Amino acid sequence: MKFWNCRPDRGWFLNSGTMLKKIFANPIQHLPIQEMRETFYLRMLAIRLCEEKLLALVEDGLVRGTVHTCLGQEGCAVGVVSALDRARDIVCSNHRGHGHYLTYSGDISGLLAEILGLQSGVCGGVGGSQHLHRDNFYTNGILGGMPPVAVGMAAAEARLGSGAVVCVFLGDGAMAEGSFYEALNMAALWKLPVLFAIEHNHYAQSTHWEKQHAGKLEARAQTFGVPVMVVDGNDVESVYAAASVSIDNLRSGQGPGLLFMNTYRLGPHSKGDDLRPLVERDIHWKKEPLVRLSKKLDTTWCEDQIKNVSAQIDKISEGLLAGAKQ
Amino acid sequence: MTSFLQELRRGLFESFESDTRVILLGEDVLDPYGGAFKVSQGLSTRFPDRVIGTPISEAGFTGVAAGMAIRGLRPIVEIMFGDFLTLSTDQIVNHITKFATMYPGVQVPIVIRTPMGGGRGYGATHSQSLEKMFLGVPGLKVVAPSLAHNPGDLLKHATLMDVHPVLFIENKQLYAQGLCDEQDSILRRRLIEDGTGYPVAVVQNIEPSPPDVTVLSYGGTSRAILFLMRKLIEEEICVKAILPASLKPVPIATISHEIDWNSPILIVEEGTSGFNWGSELAALLHERKPPTFTRQIRRLAAADTLIPCAEHLEKKVLVGEEKIEAAIMELIS
Repeated sequence: MKFWNCRPDRGWFLNSGTMLKKIFANPIQHLPIQEMRETFYLRMLAIRLCEEKLLALVEDGLVRGTVHTCLGQEGCAVGVVSALDRARDIVCSNHRGHGHYLTYSGDISGLLAEILGLQSGVCGGVGGSQHLHRDNFYTNGILGGMPPVAVGMAAAEARLGSGAVVCVFLGDGAMAEGSFYEALNMAALWKLPVLFAIEHNHYAQSTHWEKQHAGKLEARAQTFGVPVMVVDGNDVESVYAAASVSIDNLRSGQGPGLLFMNTYRLGPHSKGDDLRPLVERDIHWKKEPLVRLSKKLDTTWCEDQIKNVSAQIDKISEGLLAGAKQ
Repeated sequence: MTSFLQELRRGLFESFESDTRVILLGEDVLDPYGGAFKVSQGLSTRFPDRVIGTPISEAGFTGVAAGMAIRGLRPIVEIMFGDFLTLSTDQIVNHITKFATMYPGVQVPIVIRTPMGGGRGYGATHSQSLEKMFLGVPGLKVVAPSLAHNPGDLLKHATLMDVHPVLFIENKQLYAQGLCDEQDSILRRRLIEDGTGYPVAVVQNIEPSPPDVTVLSYGGTSRAILFLMRKLIEEEICVKAILPASLKPVPIATISHEIDWNSPILIVEEGTSGFNWGSELAALLHERKPPTFTRQIRRLAAADTLIPCAEHLEKKVLVGEEKIEAAIMELIS
């Protein structure tokens, strides 16, 4: 049964850019469960297919520079960013930020154009994949660098009385940078509305996290008095629920929170070879967020969406490439 | 006659009074201590919620200030000793200056102020002049008031008017010194405004003589230079000092206009020799000199080593009055 075709009043039209944008733009807070699930699925699907498209473009030699895709981590991006108030909340992200960017803005075209180096890109081709900015969304390519900036943004927003929350994404790899702990300390000391969203994807580039960290990662923030919620990052509904609770606490002035999301990086670090054992990766492909959520949805519907969204993204990509040739 | 510190403090207070977005962050800046060099004394009493005493986290709180600036505040960051600026380097190089350039529509109006300079026996990690390391950072303005400037006016401009990131270099030895202003009874000082808000100060000791030597310098070394200029009046040696406040960008048009191309030029700085402000100035002057200029351009800086603690050892490394005087004498002979 094709759900979205039956609801013309929602405006889910077969119009590439508009449809994808609406997937991300429509507020989900008060949707009935099944529609919320469908929205989550579509959002994660759009991110997945966009990232796969980027890797294909890299293979074809059409992308200069590099990309760090978030395959497998779509549940974290969609669950957290969907829980934010995008009218005022702020997102700071990192090199692996496409999923965060797309959930925040719905701007597939601007992202692809940016990575293709086109002037129509969200930052005019200046920033590229890692250095994106739009509205209240900021990414940079130095791990551990954004947490202090995020804390400062929260301090400004608190003074200006905007009620905004700042969400900063980082991975287990960046948890080895000292500046992360400086940021955590100051956020807690000054009770600032910062959500530290950790995507524990197990690998920092080529290195397994156990080779980089002593002790328990989840326990670190507790020593600063920062409440930690540990969640299955591949269960987008759990992520959304936990993020929503965290964000409410932040808005009430209780100080920062840390959301520790267990997930797995399915793709390579960037565009190179992935030297991790296939056996290991296959295990995680079976429990990735789209597979997990599809179990609660109609199979045919899911298959139709994959075709549909894939076609939309192909159309956007072809349009940009054709435009670039002129 | 007011001191460098008093004027600096005046500028800081007036910045706070003029604009409620101005915030100060730094270690030990709260009253009654009022900062390691007392620049912020009285500020936190007067503006309790706008002066933030930070933990010892230079990288962290420089980043915090960056975030504040992006979101509409006007933060001033105090780095206690200029030597500690290295801890903030990543935020300056890879965040602050890049955000202001690569994020469309984003400004980062941040002022990072810090005292550099030796001569007090504090040793290798509390005496350096590290501004030379930051001159090469694209998108960063580097400003250093000398004794011939009004440091408070410069700080006010950087804080209230300049939307770019500014590294504001103070000097420990200058804080207690009296300023050389238009009321100076011995030296004649002119301030040449060029529209940037950071004027070039030009000082002469014997007028209207053409100078025997032009000394090009900035910041902390202005103390030794102005002292020498007063002393050399007796020997009838006319010295013209050109002291820009803006180290980067270099106000080269004003500087080359003020240079007397009939005299030798001595470029002095407190930082170590090589790959420094003087290297850039010498190259710029070389590009602009008239074909008739046949005199020397000489550079004087600290030895390329660390600054020892013991006074006699420190003197050997740093640039002081004796070395500057010797260089001047050598150039004019």
